[in-house]
Amino acid sequence: MASDLSENKVELEVAALGPDAVLPVTIVRPSRGWTSLDLREFWEFRELLGFLVWRDLKVRYKQTVLGVAWVVLQPFFTMLVFTAVFGKLVRMPSDGVPYALFSLTGLVPWMFFAHGLSQVSNSVVSNQELVRKVYFPRLALPLSAVLSDLVDLALSFAMLLCVMAFFSLVPNPKILLLPLLVALAIVTALGTGLWLAALNVRYRDVRHIVPFLTQIWLFLTPVAYPSSLLGEPWRTLYGLNPMAGVVEGFRWALLGTATAPGPLIAVSATVAAVVLLGGIAFFRRTETSFADVI
Amino acid sequence: MPRMAIRAEGLSKRYRYGSVLNAYPTLRESITAAASRLFGTMSAAASRRDVERQRSFWALRDVSFEVEQGEALGIIGNNGAGKSTLLKILSRITTPTEGRAEIHGRIGSLLEVGTGFHPELTGRENVFLNGAILGMKRAEIISRFDEIVDFAEIERFIDTPVKFYSSGMYLRLAFAVAAHLDPEIMIVDEVLAVGDAAFQKKCLGKMGSVTGRGRTILFVSHNMAVIRSLCTRAILIHDGALAADGPAGETISTYLAMLEKSATTSLGERAARAGGRARLVRVDVSAGGQEPAHVLMTGQSARLSFQVEPVRRGTSCSFTILDPLGQPVTYFDSAERGQQDSVAAGAGSCFRCEIDEITLVPGRYRIDVSVYTDGELQDHVEAAAFLDIQQGMLRGRLVQREPQYGSVIMDHRWISPV
Repeated sequence: MASDLSENKVELEVAALGPDAVLPVTIVRPSRGWTSLDLREFWEFRELLGFLVWRDLKVRYKQTVLGVAWVVLQPFFTMLVFTAVFGKLVRMPSDGVPYALFSLTGLVPWMFFAHGLSQVSNSVVSNQELVRKVYFPRLALPLSAVLSDLVDLALSFAMLLCVMAFFSLVPNPKILLLPLLVALAIVTALGTGLWLAALNVRYRDVRHIVPFLTQIWLFLTPVAYPSSLLGEPWRTLYGLNPMAGVVEGFRWALLGTATAPGPLIAVSATVAAVVLLGGIAFFRRTETSFADVI
Repeated sequence: MPRMAIRAEGLSKRYRYGSVLNAYPTLRESITAAASRLFGTMSAAASRRDVERQRSFWALRDVSFEVEQGEALGIIGNNGAGKSTLLKILSRITTPTEGRAEIHGRIGSLLEVGTGFHPELTGRENVFLNGAILGMKRAEIISRFDEIVDFAEIERFIDTPVKFYSSGMYLRLAFAVAAHLDPEIMIVDEVLAVGDAAFQKKCLGKMGSVTGRGRTILFVSHNMAVIRSLCTRAILIHDGALAADGPAGETISTYLAMLEKSATTSLGERAARAGGRARLVRVDVSAGGQEPAHVLMTGQSARLSFQVEPVRRGTSCSFTILDPLGQPVTYFDSAERGQQDSVAAGAGSCFRCEIDEITLVPGRYRIDVSVYTDGELQDHVEAAAFLDIQQGMLRGRLVQREPQYGSVIMDHRWISPV
């Protein structure tokens, strides 16, 4: 029941503790069914979210010299292998652009997604100390996991622009649409990751499913091959995989590939939104038992 | 008109757990189990196994109490009684199975120091991180930063990664952050057990000043002396239920009386043990080789005998004598071999400790016993026995003081001018 909240918070002004001081009241109750999103509480904890992202970034880049380079090298070397295997050996069509560029434009958002998904699905378990000892909206954990990956994305995107320059390709104004596509990738990673993160708390073997899931997903996404291989309506239906929308959108915006993937992206966005809402609901429903089970 | 800070009504918490082997059921197992149930292919034995796996226990049952603003409430009880569960519920880390609580004001929970500290980050960075985790705003942390570092006494090392800190520095910094939290209600779970005596005193002082400013404190501890000095009221949790609620002194007495009663339960029946293979079976106290007696005198000799089963090579026995407030007075360990110790093969399975002169001041002391095998804890019994020390003579000097002036008397002589 939507009206049955697990916590009921009345936000009042906190003054010095005199006899007239008016204080925030919290009611602690057993959780029943579906809980509301309580965005207001989330807003209060926004600083914590910032600190968690800051922590992840600091820790990730503090020690490894290779750490920064790795973010850029991974898609680059994968692109080289793909070009050798799919581009040269298999002679995969690539929508009229050099295959190397074709695959790299797909790999950059893909790797952001894949890494984000793996981080999000493990975010609760890897912070179990916090979950067991401190109160805060647990959604901050998966959210911070995917946000800290944005820095990685920026770095690998910079590398992509360099490669584009190498092929004498200048970005056109469609590049302004990229943030929307990145948002779609975030929504997909977060949406899927929330389901996995919540399940992972109780069933620890879920963590092992993720690499496998990501691998299969890679082949189901037009990273190594173009979706134009499919005729309509199959191409639009392909959008049921939200990452298909992201990857094709990236290619269209950056490389100007012939077929505009409008309907494909529309389907992707819808699917991603549904998965996200479901993920949030599921996560909120199970989060009250995290501290007991983790 | 005193305002209410917390009102708890009928708080209960049930935990379900399966067999130890199934601590983390895998997804595969759960799906298989669900599928077999669905298709009715489960045998009777298997379904019984499943029911057993759904065993549950009530960590808390129907706990109700009120805390006024500005009050310092102590929460005492045995290990495993449910104190930490209660704190977790009030801190909103876990939700109650039944019941409800009304909380007026922000809560700052200190269930463990250093939560969220990351070893790669510097002390400065961890202060901000930990402060944010505990609920402080960035502006608050900045304004209190110098105070925090000062309290922790680690100014020189504040910009070194925490992984290089000694454990003492780590704890001091962690506690310093938490101590400057300044919420309306503070919940503290035995974290004062860390740190040296000087630092503990500083922490207590800080907490005392917190109540002075109209803040409320809930304090869990095993240290009765601290509870008595810091708290005005105390509640006793026993086996998940509220066993006492009243002025701190009274509740402490109730608790001690409860411990006494459990001491008279034969050791074989007692449940809360460490669960190893060797067990303490019996404790005998006598005054220098005569009939068993629990009443001894200062200055007299005493013999304590601990029967442990089974005894192997590497088994050792240790015990602590504690004063009525739960403060340890002295500790004995059979593994610490000295010149006067000996091994008597014919002693059966008894560890005997012979004390030539009791240097304890008159009073009622309790004995906690532990059994180890090769340094690994096998059994631990709190209040395994009690010692009633009566007035006696130590080297010709009559000793009749109460333990509040210290529990130990030392042999000495005065040379006075008049």
